[in-house]
Amino acid sequence: MPAVLVIARLTVQEASRRRLLAALVILTLIVVGFSAWGFNKITTVTGSSGQPLQAQQVQLITSQLLIVITFMYSGVLALSAAVVAGPLISSEVESGLLLSMLARPVRRSEVVIGKWLGLAILIAIYAGGSAFLEMAAVDWATGYVPPHPIELTLYVGAEGLALLSLGLVLSTRLSGITGGVIALVAWLMGWIGGVVGDIGSALQNQSVADIGIVSHLILPTDGLWRGAVYAMEPDAVLAALRAAGTVARANPFTAVDPPPTAFLTWVVVWFALMLALAIWSFRTREI
Amino acid sequence: MTVPRGEVFGFLGPNGAGKTTAVKVLLGLLAPSSGEGWLLGQPIGDLSTRRRIGYLPELFRYQTWLSAREVLSVHCELAPLPRAKWKAAIAESLDTVGLTERADDRVGTFSKGMQQRLGLGAALLGAPELVFLDEPTSALDPVGRHDVRQVIRELADRGTAVFLNSHLLSEVEQVCDRVAVVDHGRVIASGTMDDLLTGSAVYLRVAGLSDEAKSQLTSFGPVDDEGERLTFTKLGQDRIPELVAQVVALGGRVYEVIPRHQTLEDRFLQLLGEEESA
Repeated sequence: MPAVLVIARLTVQEASRRRLLAALVILTLIVVGFSAWGFNKITTVTGSSGQPLQAQQVQLITSQLLIVITFMYSGVLALSAAVVAGPLISSEVESGLLLSMLARPVRRSEVVIGKWLGLAILIAIYAGGSAFLEMAAVDWATGYVPPHPIELTLYVGAEGLALLSLGLVLSTRLSGITGGVIALVAWLMGWIGGVVGDIGSALQNQSVADIGIVSHLILPTDGLWRGAVYAMEPDAVLAALRAAGTVARANPFTAVDPPPTAFLTWVVVWFALMLALAIWSFRTREI
Repeated sequence: MTVPRGEVFGFLGPNGAGKTTAVKVLLGLLAPSSGEGWLLGQPIGDLSTRRRIGYLPELFRYQTWLSAREVLSVHCELAPLPRAKWKAAIAESLDTVGLTERADDRVGTFSKGMQQRLGLGAALLGAPELVFLDEPTSALDPVGRHDVRQVIRELADRGTAVFLNSHLLSEVEQVCDRVAVVDHGRVIASGTMDDLLTGSAVYLRVAGLSDEAKSQLTSFGPVDDEGERLTFTKLGQDRIPELVAQVVALGGRVYEVIPRHQTLEDRFLQLLGEEESA
C-alpha cells in the first residue's frame, strides 16, 4: 500500500480506536431521534383555529427548522474538524511519533496528504451518514424532503473539509490547541463576515457587501453554508425571498441564489492552495 | 568522519552537544546549514537509501492505540518490505527485543522500557544495513541494557553498521569499535578505544582539603572532583608520590590511592575540560 494510503488508514483507524467515531455515531443517533420526535409534533400541533396545520404550513416550518438543525450539524462538523485537524501533525511532531516514520522512505507531502485524506474520509462518512439519517427522519415525520439533498450534503461536507484543510495548515507549525482555536475562530469570523456582507447587500452598500465577498474568498465556509441553505429552501420560500427584495438577503439562514460557479471554482483552487501550503510548511519545518 | 560497514560507532558528547541533531541531519529529518554527507554511498536526504536504514529515536513514541505487532506492520509497509516477508520479519523483531508474548497488546499498556524495546524492534525490521540508535537504553533496566548490548553485537557480527548515541560511557566502552566525542556541534576527538584511552588515571580518596587547596592541585592535570573522591583523569603513575606529598602538605588526609588505566569517562571528562579551557 502506498505510504499516503497507510497514513490515511492510520488516521481513520486512530479515530475509530479512540472511539471518536463511536461517540459521533451515538450523538448523531440521539439528535436524529429527538429531531424526528420534534418534527413529528409539527404535524399534530394545532394552530389558533384549533385545527392541525395545513400541509403547506408543515412543509414551510419543517424546511426552516431543518435549516437550523443543519446549522447545528455543520457546527459539529466544523468544531470536530478544527479540533481533530489542529493537532493532526503538530502533536505527532511534539511527541516524536513521526520521527521513526519519517526516517522511512516517506515524503513529508505523503504524510500531509495522507492525514488530509484520512480525515476527509471521516468527514465524508459523518456528513453523508448524518445527512441521510436526518433527512430520512424528517421524511418519516413530516413527508418533507429538501429540494436538493445531495447538494446539501456536499456543501456541508465541503464546509468541514475547508476547516480540516485550514486546521492542517496550522498544524504544521502551531501546537494543537492553538491551531484548533484559530481554525474555530476563523470559522466564526467567516460566518460573521458573511452576515456583514449580507447587510451590505440589503443596504445596497457595495463596500460593506465586499466584506462578505472577501471573507468568502479567504475562508469559503460561509459561502458553502449558503449553498447548503439554498439546497434546503423550497420553491415557495425562494419565491417569497425574491419578492421581498434585497432586505431578505440580510439573514445567514437564507440564500436567494445558489453559489456562483466562479465561487465553486475558487473553492477547488482554495483547497489546492491549502494543501500546497501545508506541504510546503511541513517540508520546511525542522523536526 | 567515516563509519565503515559492520562497525559499532559510538557518538558521545554532553547534553546539547549536537548528537541527536547530527543523526537527524544524516537521516534527512533536518537540513544541514552547511557541509555534506553520504549514507550507504548516497548523499544524505536520498529517499531510497532510507529503505536500508533503521532508526530508534531518542524521543521514542509509537501509536498507543495499535498493538506492538500492528506498529511493526506499519513499519513493514513504510519500509517497505515485501509483504511475504512481514510475518517472519515481525516475529524475528519481536523475539529479538523480547516482546513476543506482548505482541498483541496495545502499546498504550506498555511501560517506557517496553516501548523502547518496540522502537528497537522497529529499527531492526528487514535487516537494515545501517542502524541509528539514539540513547537506546535510556528507559531500560540493567537486564534490558545487557540485552541491547547483545543485539548490537549481533548486528555488527552480521555486517550491519551501528551508529550509537549514548550518554552511558561504560556501555559505549563495552560495545563500540570506535568513538567520536562531539561538543558544541564539533568533533573534538575520534578514534578506536585503544587510540583514545592511552593514558592512565589516579583515583584518590582524601579528606580535609578545602576548595582553595584543591585548586592548587591543577598542576597534576584535569581532575574530576566529587568531594572526597578525586580522579586525576590524565596522570602518570610516576607522579603519584609527588601528588600524595602535595595533598598532605595542603592539609589533606589520604585514605586511598588507586592508579588505573584511563576509562572512557576519564577521557571524556578530560577532553571536555580541555575544550572548555581552550
